[in-house]
Amino acid sequence: MLEGRHLTSVRDGRTLFADLDLQLEAGRVLQVEGANGAGKTTLLRILCGLTQPREGTVYWWGNDIQRHRAVYHENLLYIGHNPGIKLELTALENLRFFQAMGGHDGTAAALTEALDRVGLYGYEDTPVRSLSAGQRRRVALARLWLSTAPLWVLDEPFTAIDRQGVRQLEIRLLRHVQAGGLAIITSHQAICLDDCPVQYLELG
Amino acid sequence: MNRVSVSTAFLGLLRRDLQIAIRKRSELLNPILFFILVVSLFPLGIGPEPRLLGEIAPGIIWVAALLATLLSMERLFRSDFEDGALEHLLLSPHALSLLALAKVLAHWLVTGLPLILVSPLLGVLLHLPAEAIRVLPLTLLLGTPILSLLGAVGVALTVGLRRGGVLLTLLVLPLYVPVLIFGTAAVAAAAAGLPVSGQLALLGAMLALALTLSPLATAAGLRISAD
Repeated sequence: MLEGRHLTSVRDGRTLFADLDLQLEAGRVLQVEGANGAGKTTLLRILCGLTQPREGTVYWWGNDIQRHRAVYHENLLYIGHNPGIKLELTALENLRFFQAMGGHDGTAAALTEALDRVGLYGYEDTPVRSLSAGQRRRVALARLWLSTAPLWVLDEPFTAIDRQGVRQLEIRLLRHVQAGGLAIITSHQAICLDDCPVQYLELG
Repeated sequence: MNRVSVSTAFLGLLRRDLQIAIRKRSELLNPILFFILVVSLFPLGIGPEPRLLGEIAPGIIWVAALLATLLSMERLFRSDFEDGALEHLLLSPHALSLLALAKVLAHWLVTGLPLILVSPLLGVLLHLPAEAIRVLPLTLLLGTPILSLLGAVGVALTVGLRRGGVLLTLLVLPLYVPVLIFGTAAVAAAAAGLPVSGQLALLGAMLALALTLSPLATAAGLRISAD
């Protein structure tokens, strides 16, 4: 269970949000909404522990995430706005790096299968430089098919992804929450998760 | 899916950075070209007098190596910061200090090590006595990792700034001075036929200190910069 208490964030003298409380139970999805510049990404970074809130604390199953960083980060999968794809490396090499940093290894077969799932079959050994924007994004999203982390934090995961890809992502997301996972998403489009209830948080 | 040990993550990051460096060949050659060019301009500038050149050679080579390292430092975390890969390091369950150390090691292997390999050649070019040519690579071998490790702390603190280059120089250069002093002193002592073990021991001690403390400071700096 993820909990944020009294979160306040101030950027460049502007208060993005103040005294924000949020709570997300296992098996739930939280969609953060708000205009551009409302602080969606900042909130997500605070919930990941990348940015310190001006005030307030984030708890993962009752533990302060800043104090139990290693344990929390083992349980977290974050795909940010800039997903950290290296243009010089191939899709497979990029994915292997993400896995190693996340604390998991993966056989080449598992990594290839994950790339296959996001529609990159045959592109494993292609340098990412020669892939399209959507395909680059998909390399980062392939991590979702390898992840065993219970908490997913996804910043605009649908950017540059085609309609069919969005549907695949929604299905993967649904499976994740049905298995007891949590997900926090920012997106400008409505996500359709069949019978799974989506919580909304409006910023700004 | 198995959990990986920190050593696997360390080696994985090292390998990735080396792969990227090898595929971006132009950046690989920049520091070494700078080093060779600066050193080889000195005989042209002050005349080919062997005695004079031999006397100032330790200083020239060391200053050129120091500046080559400093110029290459800024790129250490730059691209990772810009494309978001740094977040993966920050969010890794592994110790950030060790991951930072892997990055510094990769950076040193592609920028520092080539300097050491060509340094005897440049010593010959500047008429350095044979004794000193033998000691010169050794001082650089002990000294350039210190420069990279200390530089990494400065880079970690300034990577979030738009024009961090000047600030980086101001932060790091004072810390480089002791390394420069003992590095050149060792080579000059060897040229004069004096024992050099004292200077080398001091450089070794500085390396041990930098190796243990600077990754921790680098990690803290990165967390601040990413905030």
